[in-house]
Amino acid sequence: MAGIPHDHYEPKSGGEKWLHSRLPIVGLLYDTLFIPTPKNLNWMWIFGIVLAFCLVLQIITGIVLAMHYTPQVDMAFASVEHIMRNVNGGYMLRYLHANGASLFFAAVYLHIFRGLYYGSYKAPREVTWIVGMLIYLAMMATAFMGYVLPWGQMSFWGATVITGLFGAIPGVGEAIQTWLLGGFAVDNATLNRFFSLHYLLPFVIAGLVIVHIWAFHTTGNNNPTGVEVRRGSKAEAERDTLPFWPYFVIKDLFALVVILAVFFAIVGFMPNYLGHPDNYMMANPLATPAHIVPEWYFLPFYAILRAFTPDVWVVQIAHFVSFGIIDAKFFGVLAFFGSIVVMALTPWLDTSSVRSGRYRPMFKWWFALLCFDFVVLTWAGSQSPDALGGWMPAIALLASTYWFAYFLIILPLLGVIERPMPQPATIEDDFNAHYAPPAE
Amino acid sequence: MMRNLALATVATLGLMTGAAGAETAAHTAKIEDFAFSFEGPFGSFDQNQLQRGLQVYTEVCSACHGLQFVALRTLGDPGGPDLSTEKENDQVRGYAALFEVTDAETGEARPAIPSDHFPGSQVEGAPDLSVMAKARKGFSGPYGLGINQMFRGIGGPEYIASLLTGYSGEEKEEAGATFYENHAFSTGWIKMTPPLEDGQVTYADGAPNDVRHMSEDVAAFLMWTAEPKMMARKESGFIAVLFLSILAVPYLTNKRLWAGIKGPRKHPVE
Repeated sequence: MAGIPHDHYEPKSGGEKWLHSRLPIVGLLYDTLFIPTPKNLNWMWIFGIVLAFCLVLQIITGIVLAMHYTPQVDMAFASVEHIMRNVNGGYMLRYLHANGASLFFAAVYLHIFRGLYYGSYKAPREVTWIVGMLIYLAMMATAFMGYVLPWGQMSFWGATVITGLFGAIPGVGEAIQTWLLGGFAVDNATLNRFFSLHYLLPFVIAGLVIVHIWAFHTTGNNNPTGVEVRRGSKAEAERDTLPFWPYFVIKDLFALVVILAVFFAIVGFMPNYLGHPDNYMMANPLATPAHIVPEWYFLPFYAILRAFTPDVWVVQIAHFVSFGIIDAKFFGVLAFFGSIVVMALTPWLDTSSVRSGRYRPMFKWWFALLCFDFVVLTWAGSQSPDALGGWMPAIALLASTYWFAYFLIILPLLGVIERPMPQPATIEDDFNAHYAPPAE
Repeated sequence: MMRNLALATVATLGLMTGAAGAETAAHTAKIEDFAFSFEGPFGSFDQNQLQRGLQVYTEVCSACHGLQFVALRTLGDPGGPDLSTEKENDQVRGYAALFEVTDAETGEARPAIPSDHFPGSQVEGAPDLSVMAKARKGFSGPYGLGINQMFRGIGGPEYIASLLTGYSGEEKEEAGATFYENHAFSTGWIKMTPPLEDGQVTYADGAPNDVRHMSEDVAAFLMWTAEPKMMARKESGFIAVLFLSILAVPYLTNKRLWAGIKGPRKHPVE
């Protein structure tokens, strides 16, 4: 592996040498644990460990929940109640699992937005970014299918709406939808396959996480300055970095403990806060809830999906140009997936040669607006169209437009017109400019 | 900039979580905020109130509504109505025998025993009440920022109590059915006949038995049926948060560790 020069594992005893020449696993662990890490990482760099914790938490609680759950339409809801009432600690397992999904997404959004601000997606870290986006997509699929399993009203109707998106694809849509559902409507076949995939995908995520870590361990971490670690010699590199253990492991663990204290307060004292009351009513295909709302972490993209109504001129043009193939519903679906695709393409859309947003005076403001935009979209996704005196659709459309404009117009243009501020020559310079030398 | 960004993210998170509960803002139904004993991290069920609520359910609600997910034996669990299960005075067994169930093996009707569940709903259109206190949201807090759910609950039992006390006395005929005006119901008109009247249930402990008190009692009981492990959950919450506070020792380790690397932050940085 290329990367930052540092000490490698040296097998000493006969046994160590024997193993190392056959399987260098100790060396791999050594390199992973002692990897040189930029010493100026701030608190926005702690979410990797939070996310790793979430994945492990979800897999462990999920495996135990699966031991007591029944993926059958007449029994699923009752089996969840069985977990809540009769299984030892079952209520805790389920609430940890349900709220664990929220923690997972909260952390992943902070992680993604950190990457967007500090330019972590830029060369040479594009593969890390793309793999990260794949993880995010797999997380969304997993969370969506997991929410269907309790077989409540929102489970059923959420599944109906989201699988209906595939039905909007012209020509083959209905066939795809039927194939996905295993029938013409959400039913037992759907529940069974969602359970199967909900169990499978987390292990795919675990595999992708290893690739994600492998990729950024090859390029080295980004850092708040965006300036690369010097790699001329080991001595030079050591002035910019510190080994991951113990400096960052301890720091990350402290951060994790603080976050978990908040998490457990929510699980212990208000576990249904982020859920939807309707999901405590068993799925009823004959009664549509007044308001079908996804979980909070899908709301921004749900808002984009709903924003493109038939009266929007872009939709009308698309409709006209495509000879009616692209209707408003399909346009919404394209926008929904497109909103994530543009994010995945950021490495090639951002033309600026400066990595960190810290040295980009104009970018900072557009980025702050993007954060605000994300909040607005989240809000818009939770509202019914008549909210705010009927202004909600206009706001959602504006916010959706900004989302695309940021990635497709603002990022490419900023690289050309922006005059970046001077960057520090090295991480060490920046570090010494911020911190006094340690007291002896 | 970083600090601003951190603040912005905190604000973002706060708003996002608030947004999740914001959709009931358009709701015009009037839900009163009853003060239940089980609200907040320190709240716990009032055993006497649960027993009274059980009595109201048995004498009134159970005529139509079921509790199909609740096992009769759990009435004897500590922290709940806690009926006696002693051999000489087995209230749970006695109570169970009030209901008739169909035996799964013989297919014949027999009196229920503690290992059976409550029967399901007896009347078409009457929903099962097992988890109703969690299936309804009374309020989401000021401006939809539901963080006060930590202290006031999600308002499910409030919804139930408000519904039971929300009848105005008006009624109307529509499409061959009678609807009763109810200020807590989403559409304002509900099919359920006003179920309670003052003094309808006589409590053994002599507690007040006007409609308002009976409504509160049965709402509390239904919170218990919906979340029988609430006390255990809150205890776990306390233990976890306490334990994590002790675990925050890495803070000191972290400080000590980094003391050799960096000194105090220099002030005017920019």
